[in-house]
Amino acid sequence: MNRAQTKLTQGIDWPIVGLYLALVTIGILSIFAAEYRGEGNILGDIIHPTKNYSRQVIWFGVSLVLAAIIWLTDSKFFTATANLAYAGGLLLLLLVLGIGKDVKGSHSWLVIGGFQFQPAELTKLCTNLALAKYLSSQETDFTKLRSRLIAAAIALIPSAIIILQDETGLALVYFSFFLVMYREGLPGILLVIAFSGIVLVLSALLVDKIVLFAIFTVITALVIYFSRREIKRKRSRLAIILGVYAFCSFFVMFVVPFAFTKVLKDYQVRRIEVMLGKENDPKATYNTRQSMIAIGSGGVWGKGYLKGTQTRYDFVPEQSTDFIFCTIGEDFGFAGSIIFLAIYVALLFRIIFVAERQRSTFTRVYAYGVASIIFFHLAINISMTIGLAPVIGIPLPLVSYGGSSLMTFTMLIFILLRLDADRQMVLR
Amino acid sequence: MSVFNQSRRRVIQLIILGMVTLIVTRLFYLQIVEKKYAKLADANAVLRKVVYPSRGIIFDRKNRSILSNDVLYDLVVTPASVKNIDTAYLCNILRIDKEEFKKRIVTAIVKNGRVRQSVFAPLLAPEIFGQLQESMYLFQPGFELVPRQIRSYPYPAAANILGYIAEISPAMLKDTANYGSYNSGDYIGFTGLEKTYESVLMGQRGISYLIKDNLNRPQGPYENGEFDSAAVAGKNLRLSLDIELQMLGEKLMKGKSGSIVAIDPQTGGILAMVSGPSFDPNLLTGPYRSANFNKLYLDTTKPLFNRAIQAMYPPGSTFKPMIALVGLDEGVITPSFGYPCGGAYYGCSRPIKCEHHDAGHAANLRLALSHSCNSYFSHVFRLSVDAAKFGGIRVGGLQKWADYMNSFGFGHRIGIDIPSEGRGLVPDKKYYDARYKGSWNSCTSVFLGIGQGELLLTPLQMANAMCIVANRGSYYIPHFVSSIDNDNTHLLDKYKVKHEVAHISDTAYSAVIHGMTDVVESGTGRIAQIEGITIGGKTGTAENYGIVNGVRTKLKNHAVFVAFAPAEKARIAIAVIVENSGFGAKYAAPIASLMMEKYLKDSISTKRQPLLKSVMETVTIDPAMLAKSKLDSLNEHAVIKKPTP
Repeated sequence: MNRAQTKLTQGIDWPIVGLYLALVTIGILSIFAAEYRGEGNILGDIIHPTKNYSRQVIWFGVSLVLAAIIWLTDSKFFTATANLAYAGGLLLLLLVLGIGKDVKGSHSWLVIGGFQFQPAELTKLCTNLALAKYLSSQETDFTKLRSRLIAAAIALIPSAIIILQDETGLALVYFSFFLVMYREGLPGILLVIAFSGIVLVLSALLVDKIVLFAIFTVITALVIYFSRREIKRKRSRLAIILGVYAFCSFFVMFVVPFAFTKVLKDYQVRRIEVMLGKENDPKATYNTRQSMIAIGSGGVWGKGYLKGTQTRYDFVPEQSTDFIFCTIGEDFGFAGSIIFLAIYVALLFRIIFVAERQRSTFTRVYAYGVASIIFFHLAINISMTIGLAPVIGIPLPLVSYGGSSLMTFTMLIFILLRLDADRQMVLR
Repeated sequence: MSVFNQSRRRVIQLIILGMVTLIVTRLFYLQIVEKKYAKLADANAVLRKVVYPSRGIIFDRKNRSILSNDVLYDLVVTPASVKNIDTAYLCNILRIDKEEFKKRIVTAIVKNGRVRQSVFAPLLAPEIFGQLQESMYLFQPGFELVPRQIRSYPYPAAANILGYIAEISPAMLKDTANYGSYNSGDYIGFTGLEKTYESVLMGQRGISYLIKDNLNRPQGPYENGEFDSAAVAGKNLRLSLDIELQMLGEKLMKGKSGSIVAIDPQTGGILAMVSGPSFDPNLLTGPYRSANFNKLYLDTTKPLFNRAIQAMYPPGSTFKPMIALVGLDEGVITPSFGYPCGGAYYGCSRPIKCEHHDAGHAANLRLALSHSCNSYFSHVFRLSVDAAKFGGIRVGGLQKWADYMNSFGFGHRIGIDIPSEGRGLVPDKKYYDARYKGSWNSCTSVFLGIGQGELLLTPLQMANAMCIVANRGSYYIPHFVSSIDNDNTHLLDKYKVKHEVAHISDTAYSAVIHGMTDVVESGTGRIAQIEGITIGGKTGTAENYGIVNGVRTKLKNHAVFVAFAPAEKARIAIAVIVENSGFGAKYAAPIASLMMEKYLKDSISTKRQPLLKSVMETVTIDPAMLAKSKLDSLNEHAVIKKPTP
């Protein structure tokens, strides 16, 4: 009996389980706070099938069942079915394009027997498995450009389909796999280029095109002047500098305006402009403004659990899903927010620690994938609630209300736990 | 393979920490540095709601409530919740058509939005409310009945005294010095006691802070009501007014324009104050207020004009006792002074006619008063103002006389506790100097001696003069409110002060009072007699002139009667004026007498019922004016016209 139990939970990483349970519990309590109106007694309200917190408890139960099944599954199952899962995921995404249902402006939901389900959430898991499978296979040489392109394709194909479903937020998440690829050997210069790209886009939006062009010209002239000796030595240097100059100018003058007028949707453009402070339309800024008021009014110590006035009275929209952080910010203040963020950082660092102790590349890549996805969600979601990022509808992992999201993250984490328990094995 | 990339783990960890640091910095700014968010949150979430107290109730001298609060219902609508109702049926009950229904819904949405309540039909008339209440379940939840307090007048009388309340005007709201505590939409006393005692009647408004949600819907008390202040109900007023006497007065003045003022001389408390024609004060409350107000305001009979304090009349012969008092006090006559009147006064260039010509009808003051001899009082007036000790009329004589008049309460506002009191007019030296450019003498002003000329008094001033005579030289400022419940104000202090008038001797008053009792016993006012009660009175028939088509024309005389009773220790002093009717003895004296009988004996004797009936049936208002009037001045109950639905 006792021996059987030890065997059953042998190798499980308790810190991750603990942090996982902590976040889900905080999530359910926050959803309750977001919906609590102060009437009736609290205990009598616990079971309330029409309320989100009750549903979230049910989703949590379902998630635990899934976790148990995963725990009892053989690790090799995941390596063996990774590609199959990826293919299945892509099929599901395409299926949604055909027979999906529109919910809140995105065509990304499947309705199965009264339940709504978002495959775009699940394909994160499939993609992560497929990427791990590819990078860990013996044929792959990640120093080669071809391998890098294949890896990028694995990550970005689902993203492309999801963009077609009008769920831009979730599509962006797939870019987090570049963090994994960086860990596996993608040149650091790519991170620098990505960062520069973001700076370019932002400056293109914030600064007048002509002024920006003038600035680029001056910078290029200065760079040429200071590196004139090197250029004398190596003529190709000048070509590179002029090439970068031409690309930047073209990007800023044509690509960004084109993207903003033709590719992005009106509301997305407006959200970005709101975030940058370019637009002051009260309707467009409402969400961010109410969210910042809620969090800002929390002060150092917060108003106390269930005492927040902003979240309790519906001032913040989507407050049990995308804007769930408002409840924490308002009820528990700066102190509570720091503790909350610390739990996430602890989880992320623990996952990275677990990743680095693996013998199998598969598990390491997979673990970094989990960490990257969670990190990306966390950074974008919280930045959006405090006015640092435009309003992109992605949930806070394990905390926001939503069955698809909670189950996906549960599966991501418990597959990692299962793989980690078998870290002595070499999995491919 | 890629163990070579161990250092990249650090880079990834740094990226995570960098991002979290950025977030924490932003949170530090939002939650700790920037204070505006806490304020914005309060503005977002706290609704400040004024809690209206119930307004003070007004009781008459026998503790009957004559102005209280009633509840009417507003029909309110929440446009978003109006679903599947029988619109036609609702329109039918409310007596509106479908177009109007749609218009009101649209107005409600424009005003307050779809999810908040707006008034759909304010202050429902009782019969509509009755029908609606039975079928209300059909229209819920979109429609609801919400109670609202309004003022109600249980007795259909005393409209001009009690006054009315109405929504505060934008002009008043701008005057923050006086109306700073009011908000748009608040009700405030506009006239009468409602206005004068606004500060005690209104009570203290409470404030409750409510949590509201994103659609401004109240969700419950803020911080469990910790910051709320409770509303304190308005204080009740207790009047000296006798509502039954008031109603009798209004009945007596039916079909007449004029006024009755009855005062208790012992306290200055006003027992009745009628301005005819009067109206039912309930016309100015409830659903038809503004429509009725416009009718009353434009009516030819001017029912909103409180003649008792605003109209000014020449007092005529009723002024003679005051002339006598001045003469006695100045020592220019004694009670036994007589004047050989032969039917007219010839002291000045134009003779002044007297009603009597038999010898000895003015052999002494008492006889002269009871016969109302014009010659006698013309002479006495001239003696008073021409007296050598004041240096003649243009030096100090007339001024001295005017000072007496001012101390009797004439020529200035006495200070009654309802607004819009008139001053009246007592011509003094300055007045004549300006008018006759220094070229005038006692013959110029001789008509003052018989209560004519430039002299003008309000009925209130006439009644107050009777208090002074009855009290032998003192009065209290006439007022309505005898006490305020739980009074902590000083509003009533000035009405508790006894005013002594000019220190005229007791013998002078005795002579005048004897003359006035003779008026009723055996003189011109015999019709005013009441069995077993000695009455002092004086009739008057005031000539009056008006500008008709640009020409100064003599109009029909005003009938005037002033009196007090019982003469030994008066409990009621009264002045009655019936405009454009004729002899004071015929039209005014019976009204005064019936009022005094009612007050002193509590009922009118059977013997006098025919008189009561004939007085009530007498109509003196110009028929042409009456025809144009929208007010049913001849109706049996008080003088109301049925409110038009």
